[in-house]
Amino acid sequence: MKVSVFRFGLVGTASFLPLSLILLVVFLTAYSWPAIHYNGLQFLWTNDWNLGNLYGNPVMIHGQQVMPGARYGIWFLVVGTLASSFLALLFALPIAVGAAYFLVEMMPKWLSGPLALLVDLLAAIPSVVFGLWGYVLLIPLLGQTVFPWMTQHIGFIPYLGGSPGSGYGLLTTAIVLAFMIVPLISATMREGISAIEPSLKEAGLGLGLNRLEVLWNIILPKLKTTLVGVSILALGRALGETMAVVMVSGNALNYLPNNIYTPISTMAAFIVSQLESALQDPTNMAVEALAEIALVLLLLTVIVNIIARMILWGAKVRS
Amino acid sequence: MSTSNLTTSMTASVGSTRRQIRVSWKRHLFRTLGTAFVWFSFVIVAVAFLSIILDVFLKALPGLKLSLLTEVSTGMGGGLKNAIEGTLVLSLGSLLISAPIGIAAGIYLSEFGSGFAGKSLRFLSDVLVGVPSIVLGYVGYITMVIYLGWQFSVAAGIITLSVMLLPYIARTTEMALSNIPQAVREAGFGIGAGEGTVILQILLPGAMPAVMTGLFYALALSMGETAPLIYTAGWSNYMWNGQLTNQPIGYLTYVIWTFINEPFEEAHILAFAAAFLITMVVLGLILLGRWLMVQQLRKRGAYQ
Repeated sequence: MKVSVFRFGLVGTASFLPLSLILLVVFLTAYSWPAIHYNGLQFLWTNDWNLGNLYGNPVMIHGQQVMPGARYGIWFLVVGTLASSFLALLFALPIAVGAAYFLVEMMPKWLSGPLALLVDLLAAIPSVVFGLWGYVLLIPLLGQTVFPWMTQHIGFIPYLGGSPGSGYGLLTTAIVLAFMIVPLISATMREGISAIEPSLKEAGLGLGLNRLEVLWNIILPKLKTTLVGVSILALGRALGETMAVVMVSGNALNYLPNNIYTPISTMAAFIVSQLESALQDPTNMAVEALAEIALVLLLLTVIVNIIARMILWGAKVRS
Repeated sequence: MSTSNLTTSMTASVGSTRRQIRVSWKRHLFRTLGTAFVWFSFVIVAVAFLSIILDVFLKALPGLKLSLLTEVSTGMGGGLKNAIEGTLVLSLGSLLISAPIGIAAGIYLSEFGSGFAGKSLRFLSDVLVGVPSIVLGYVGYITMVIYLGWQFSVAAGIITLSVMLLPYIARTTEMALSNIPQAVREAGFGIGAGEGTVILQILLPGAMPAVMTGLFYALALSMGETAPLIYTAGWSNYMWNGQLTNQPIGYLTYVIWTFINEPFEEAHILAFAAAFLITMVVLGLILLGRWLMVQQLRKRGAYQ
């Protein structure tokens, strides 16, 4: 078959998409290569981010010029990123399913459309506005009222006791992140619930189940794959969320959380908050180490997204 | 579990016809708690949304003056003229680059994307959507700002945003086109039109409202972004002088996260004013896009 100029042009432009993904990985790897070489694999599981003595003379270690005492380890970021995202998913999942069920099954059609808009538009609010909301409204509320109450009354549960902190920290971050991913899960679940054959639901109702039992015993098992897929997708989004996290996480450095109120930082937030100080390093190693964090984050989210998309494609869901 | 309860109570009631079906307290509890939880989960999401909107609006209220549009920002106050201009330049500029490429990629995916190449392209663009925007920003920083020596610049910001928008536009265009019935294409080919003519003059005009919806969403997305711009576009208190490289530019989202940390009340009000403007524009664009989509769905009734 003759390939027209038109189609050739289409293929050319369409290849921008995979090309940009590949270039992202290539550029980051190439740029952070000295850092990868210097840090080795323990970069991931040591807990020591230290730019070294910035007023000293650069020294040669492993063939790389670094500031004396410079060490880069991001275990606290790995922990902070994973803990905040999983906690957010834990909060978001039941809420999103509940809200989806409420909108599809419990509200009349004319009302569910406008009400669904409230949930859907939440997804459109910019990350930095979420951060602003967390910063001025949630943090004073949580830090002065809710967290002290929690440590006093349910502090016997592991990780819920101890110092309630100032409001900046893991739990606040997870709550804000949860609100950011609820719309995504909820929208997909709404579509899933309304796509289930009515006869299945009727069969359940005919057996004498009430509507919530139909949800629990029939609808949710049927949507298991979708639910898992969209949860992983939402997890990927939470892992890479930046601005809101910068504003509410407390931006901890080299600090592992000992309860859920402790300040944390995530990889994405760390890149934003640390570039300015990394630029003080005359050997440029700190900036390259930040590129290495970006590379780790990129690979992590790409893997998470690939898993999610494979599951969702298997379940034939578009989201 | 509750199903087995049910079966036992059913068989019991069959045994003695006089006894009514007894609903176990566990099922009552499940039902009550479940209903309460389902209500709670919707209410909390709605409350969060409304509290964000109201909080931003009420705190921005004292700052919503005409001087926002006529004055540039200073370190601690002033207006937002430069930031509004910057946001428009950056997002419209990135749309200008990503729209043609994204639409072309969408056409490819929809019309020729059934083979292996198309499938993997679709997969990769879905994965690209999931790449955190800060990673894009950092790559923009090390490539354009440092390596190419553009410094913090309009061009670096625009190109970074374009890469982010590309997969969204491609996928929405693909959806829009694949919703058009096959018969329309066959009719086009039947009267002797070529591939290009069918796509550009028959399919694309038909899918235009849905494609526009995608573009509105993309515009909203780019306007609300901060992370990819901080280290590519930088920040400037002045109006843009038209230079593409070596000239940083301001934008509204930057005002929100830096001015809220200033110790001055005036700076806080400015941050909220910026948040109000950006939220309203973004929500407006999304609603406009939805409205267009509904229009399109109504119109397509004629096709079927």
